Order: sequence, then structure tokens, then C-alpha cells
Amino acid sequence: MSLAMPLPDKVTLSRSAEIIADLKRIAGEVAVIADKDGRRTFETDGLTAYRAMPLAVVLPDTTELVAEVLRYCHREKIKVVARGAGTSLCGGALPLEDAVVIGVSRMSKVLEIDYDNRFARVESGITNLAISKAVAEEGFFYAPDPSSQLACTLAGNLAMNSGGAHCLKYGVTTNNVLGAKVVLMDGEILELGGPHLDAEGYDLLGLMIGSEGQFGIITEATVRILRAAEGARPMLLGFASSEAAGACVSAIIATGIIPVAIEFMDRPAIEVCESFAKAGYPMDAEALLIVEVEGSEEEINDRLAQISCIAAAYNPTTTQISSGATQSAKIWKGRKSAFGAIGRISDYYCMDGTIPLSRLPEVLRGIGEICAAHKLRVANIFHAGDGNLHPLILYDANDEASAERAELAGAEILSLCVEVGGCLTGEHGVGIEKRDLMTKQFSEAELMLQMNIKTVFDPDWLLNPGKVFPLHLTRDARSSSAA
Amino acid sequence: MSDILRAATAWELQLMLAPYIEKKTPIEVVGSGSKARIGRPTQTAATISTASMHGIWMYEPTELVMSAHGGTPLVQIEAALAGNNQMLAFEPTDIGPTSGGARGTQTIGSVFACNVSGSRRIAIGAARDHLLGIEGVNGRGELFRAGGRVMKNVTGYDLCRGVAGSWGTLAILTEVTFKVLPAPEKTATLVYPDLPDDIGVELMCAAMRLPYEVCGTVHLPKNVAGRLEHSALADLGQAVTALRIENFEKSVDYRTQAMREALKVYGDPLVIGSMNSLEFWGELRRLSVMPYDEATCLWRISTAPMMGPKVVASIRRHMPAEVMYDWSGGLVWIEVPASADAGSSDVRRAVAVHGGHATLIRADASVRGSVEVFQPQSPLAERLTGGLKSVFDPMRMLNPGRMYANL
Repeated sequence: MSLAMPLPDKVTLSRSAEIIADLKRIAGEVAVIADKDGRRTFETDGLTAYRAMPLAVVLPDTTELVAEVLRYCHREKIKVVARGAGTSLCGGALPLEDAVVIGVSRMSKVLEIDYDNRFARVESGITNLAISKAVAEEGFFYAPDPSSQLACTLAGNLAMNSGGAHCLKYGVTTNNVLGAKVVLMDGEILELGGPHLDAEGYDLLGLMIGSEGQFGIITEATVRILRAAEGARPMLLGFASSEAAGACVSAIIATGIIPVAIEFMDRPAIEVCESFAKAGYPMDAEALLIVEVEGSEEEINDRLAQISCIAAAYNPTTTQISSGATQSAKIWKGRKSAFGAIGRISDYYCMDGTIPLSRLPEVLRGIGEICAAHKLRVANIFHAGDGNLHPLILYDANDEASAERAELAGAEILSLCVEVGGCLTGEHGVGIEKRDLMTKQFSEAELMLQMNIKTVFDPDWLLNPGKVFPLHLTRDARSSSAA
Repeated sequence: MSDILRAATAWELQLMLAPYIEKKTPIEVVGSGSKARIGRPTQTAATISTASMHGIWMYEPTELVMSAHGGTPLVQIEAALAGNNQMLAFEPTDIGPTSGGARGTQTIGSVFACNVSGSRRIAIGAARDHLLGIEGVNGRGELFRAGGRVMKNVTGYDLCRGVAGSWGTLAILTEVTFKVLPAPEKTATLVYPDLPDDIGVELMCAAMRLPYEVCGTVHLPKNVAGRLEHSALADLGQAVTALRIENFEKSVDYRTQAMREALKVYGDPLVIGSMNSLEFWGELRRLSVMPYDEATCLWRISTAPMMGPKVVASIRRHMPAEVMYDWSGGLVWIEVPASADAGSSDVRRAVAVHGGHATLIRADASVRGSVEVFQPQSPLAERLTGGLKSVFDPMRMLNPGRMYANL
């Protein structure tokens, strides 16, 4: 694949035995993984085309230990890559050969649940779904729901500002976090926010969330928990064209209805997901919408009837309301396992651009043309309510030429998203994957401004280097900050 | 009085700013100036206003997004939205008048610059949760953009959030792009009379634990309720605890009944319909129950909801105070007698014990110049805050000292 990482620092590599010994002394033998087989588990993340064996992996179990390890790495000028569950789709957790990986997976406790004040304080290595499970007994949940929620950690969600299918109504990670405990690269521990809303001063928490592990390592967070609706039910709407489906989404929103989720799939995606999940998706549709609403039984019936009415103007080929909990679960299983289902039939490269909804037809056409020109197949799945696209470009990982074409097609698709007024990434993050495309969306001066902020939190640029910004620009930013 | 410069475009603003940057002479940044008396007094040679940069230049109702120039009056934004049955869901409070500023004049840029959010904050998020993109001029005189116009965007760091709530100390907002939402078909308010503060707060927290999407919870003790312009509620002559529900008509009716039943231990509420509800919540947005008064100082305290009454009780041990609780008790507006330090040490101690942060909203300039107006930060947060300021405004050109003395 074509993206280069910074060359490893030879001096650090030559000192690896000494560094590992130091880390073991600081964190204890059991918390340090130094053998080759052990480290191999950490050599990649959800962007499996890229791999690098880290120098060592440390799995601390307390904030203080994270601080001690960082203090050591800071003093020795050793790069650090923070890691949650390693599910990043953009290479956000990709290690470097001269870096120490600090994983938060052993810090997964629920520390406090307060239903009256509606928050939960948790360690950041907890999985996304485990937070909702911990508060389910009182009918509460934690709202952001990335498809990987069974595995992904809150730490990763915070680093990437993750979204999910239900963000249309409930917002993304940054809208659902009240406070955090963060360890900075120099080992200092920063406490931000708490059970109260809108912490004082500049929104350091808001800057921290979505900083892709480049500002600090979040070890603890206070998240907002919400009372779940009485019930929720999806419906399926099949259409003869993507245009009709897109127009229907606009019409629903124009009426003043904000469903809790509106998901879109095109025919290739429908076929794969249906064969995997047997969700009852219509096989004759060119485009499918899953529209979910919440409320009491009666409220749900009213709302779904209203949506059916609106959809009727767009000649749906299917209008099917979920018959109950079992079917609803199947419908969502199909959608949430879409990436996995497609992964069973082909390697794929998952895009994450966001576009203004009104430009949907031309962007879908453009995606089709780009992929056809590169002789690649594509399946489209996306969060239609907020215009967040996930074109999955199918390729053959064993065929280098096909992999390169997929990467090229991906870059062209994201450029198209930016051209129509959208952005490179809606919820996955930049990582290494979109690093070199950042100049499509931002001027060099704007990127310099962002990089100067990075320097405030991590003056030596040791945290998660080689990500987010084109490498040649980071060199400029570092030399200007040193001057 | 210093000069007031009114730029009509971002480009003109850069031109106006240039000679001041050259001479390293700091300037004050305002929109309409309605909040000019909030914050520490600044020492500046000139004032730059964004009020001449106005107009909505993009509005896509079906995409729930609008872009406007920073100086656009909020009333103009809300009128355009109302024409499409939409709204700014975070219903920004008009906080200027309570400190002596003009009513109904605040600009959309200042709403985001000060991160002003009203009662619906607890259900839908703060102003900054609705800010999608900005264009601004920083203290180096550079025009920059951050964010964009789409709902989901994690491309690069979240500079929009960093600038929102920075009170014009990082950048002058020339354009803002933000999320809008449909206005509800129907609104109802359940009003529980005569509850003491702690029980009122308990009721509000209990309501938020129900699955009925309550989107506004306020408690006005008797004295403050008596200041309401809404005569039906003022005339009750009792404390008022109000819970707001919004949705389509049948749903509001159903939820009203369900809530009455679930919360019946708190008494039988008065239920007020859409018209009266809009009037009541509109009044809260104007903070009319906390009118400008030179004899008192006003603090705004954010804490965990159940801590609200405890913070108030702590402060009342040292001074008389009139209060209003919003955000289920998590937002306390507390009016105390005017004094040389506005009761600062007692207020800060109460907040230190129970958690949260306090901002002095109304006090004489001499008081605002001598006590901390914004919540003091930890040394580490202060260092990072100073670092951010230096990135955007290394010469301390924009609103220097308005938030913190050395910022």
C-alpha cells in the first residue's frame, strides 16, 4: 500500500532491550508485552492493510501507571501510540516500530453510576456496549453506537469522536461526554469537567475528544447516560432508485420528523446483508431505507404510519413495518453486521465521507463511475439522515494492483465529498488513511493552526505520530514551534 | 470611550485589525455589545464590532443547516427558522439584559462565542453541540475556517468547540454554520406548585429518569416566581416547578397523562398548553425573573443537578440570595447583595465543596476587575489555556483579560 510512515529512529530501536527492561521495572512484568508473538497481536488495527511491530506493548491498570510510563517515554523521547480495542478503520491505532503501544484494555471498570444526575463514570478501556449494559437495569443507555460497539472501547470512541446509526437523534461522542481524566505526554494528569455541564474556560474536553490520541491518553470519563424510550421499531422502505430513497429522506425531515435513525443501503449491500442476516430485506429494491422511530406503542404506530404516507409519494417497492422485537433485531443485525458480511465475500476498503444530503444522487452516481473506472465493485451503506456515507470498495488484498486501485478510488471518492461541500471523514477519523488528503479540505495555514494546537498538548510530537497530517507539513510545524 | 470600528466583511475586518496588530494595541471584540458588561473589564484602545457583517447566506431546511455572518441578529435567524417551522434547539438565553445590556439584540456570533444555551440544553445539548463550522479572524489577523456544513465531521481537530465559549479571546467569528431542528408541533408544561427547592429538584431529576423526553425543567422559588410576567403563574403566589414536554399532538397528550401518573407523589400539576408554554419558556429565555439591578450581583453556577440546592444552602449561610434553578437543578442563577467582592469567596467555596463552576454575570466593573469572573482553573488547565491563546492570538490582541487576567 502506498502510505509511508515516518522512518523509525535507529537510536531508539538500538535501545529496545534497555527500554523494555525499564518498562518492566516501571509497570511490572505482566503489564509489558515484549515477545514477538505477543506484540504481533498489536501490529495492526481495523485497517489491516498496514502493519508495524511495536517496540513494546504496555497494558497499565491505573491512571497513575499510565502517567509513570508516559513520564518515562517523555524523558527518553520515545514515541507512544495509545490503543483501545484496535478497531480503528483508518489506522488510528497503527503502531510504529520505534513506538511503545499503551493499551487501556485492562482499565475497564465502571466506577460510579448516578441515575439522578444522569452520568456514569467509567474507565476508558470499557467497551462501548458495556456502558449501556451497566445501566440497562434502570432503562438507561449510553447513546453513541458505532457498529463495532461490542468490541470497541470508550477510549477509542473518545479519541476518534465516534458516531453510529442513532447519532441522528442523540449526537456523537463529543455530545455525550461530560468529563475526562487525561494523562498528558509528560505524565501530568489533567481533570476536565465532571457531572456538571459545560466546564469552565476553553473547551479543553471538546478539543481532546476527536484528537486521535495525539493530545493525551484518556483513562477515565464521565459520560452522559439517557433514559431509553419506551420502545423503538424500524421499518423498511424499498425504492426503485437511490434518487427516490434520497428524496424520501429529505421529505421526512422537511415534515419535521427526526427519526432516531435513517440508514441507507444500495442493492449490492442489500444482497450481501440479506444473505448473511436473513433480515427480510427486499431483494427487488435498488435502494433500501431502514427508518427507526421511538416512543410508546401508539406513538410508534402513528409515526410509522406518517412516514409510510410520506414515502408513498416516492413509489416505494416495499413498505414493511417491523412486526416486533424479533424482526427488529434481525433488521438491525443485518445493518450492523454489514461490514462483516461484506468482509466474508471480499476484502474491502471502507470510506467515511459526509456530504450535504441534497447532493446525494450525484455523489452516488460519481461513486459508481469512479469505481467502474478503476474496475472495482462498490457497495454503499450509510447514515442517510446526516449524509454520512460508507462506500465499501471491494478489492483483492492478494492482488497489489487491485489494492492500489482501491486506495486511488477511495481518495477520488473523498475528494468528491469535499467538492460538494462535505468532509473526508464523518465518524472514523483521519488516522493514516486520510492523512494525505487533508490538504483537499484545509489550507496549509489552517492545518498549521491545528498542528500548533497539537504542539500545545504534546510539544515533542511523541503521541501517535505520523497520523492526521501530511508528513511534510508536520515537519514544518515542528521546526516552526522549535524556532 | 474608545473608537468603534464596524467591519462589513471579513476582509475589511482584517484591514481594520492590521494597524492595531502592527502597533500591538489590543482591541475589544463585540457583536451588538449586549454582553459587554459580562466578564473582566478590558483595557483596549478600540472596539471592533461584527454587527455590520450580517445576513443568512445559506439555509437548507431539509438538511437542518444554516450559515450566517457573525453579526446577524439572533432575532433575524429565529424569524427565518420560524418561517419553516424550525428552531435553534438550544434556545440561547438573552443574558445581556440582566447585566444592563440591550434586550433582544444579541448576534448569532456572540451566542456561539459565549456558548449560550437555554433550558433545552439538558435534552439537546449546548450551543457548541450545534455549531458545525466557523470562519473567523484570529489575533494574528489571519482568516481561517474550521468544521464545515455537514452534521458529522471528524476531519481534523474540533476547533469549533475550542472557539465556542472563548468569549472572543481566540478569534472574531465572521461566519457560523450551525444545526437547526424542527419546532415541535405541540408543547405542554406540567407546573407543580409550592414545592421547597430540594423537593423541586428531586422532582425534576425524577422526571428526567422517565422515558418521556422531558426537554425543560426549571424550579422558581416563591419570590422569584412572583417576578414572572406570566400572570397566571405569578399570581399563584407559590414556588413553581415546571416540566416541559414537546412532540406531535397525540404524543404530548399521552405523555402528559403518563407523567402525571408517574410523578403523582409530587402533587397534581397545573397543565398549561402550547401558547402559555411558549410564553412561559420564552420568558425564561429572556431571564426576566433576574432583571438588571445595581443593588445585587448575579452568579451563574453549573453543578450536578442534585447538588443545586446544596450549593445554594451553603451560600445562604453567608448572605441572603434569590435563586432560579434550570437544568433540573444543575444551572443555578443566584442573586446576592452587591458588595466589594460579590460574595465571591463564599460562592467559590460552595462550588468547591459540591462540584461545578461559577461565573459572575452581573457586578459593577470595579468588582469584575478585582475578583475572578470566570471559574479559576487548575494550574495545568491554565497552562494549556494560555498555550491555546498563544496559538490563536500570541500578542494578546483580542479581548485581553476578559476571561482571565493573563489571557
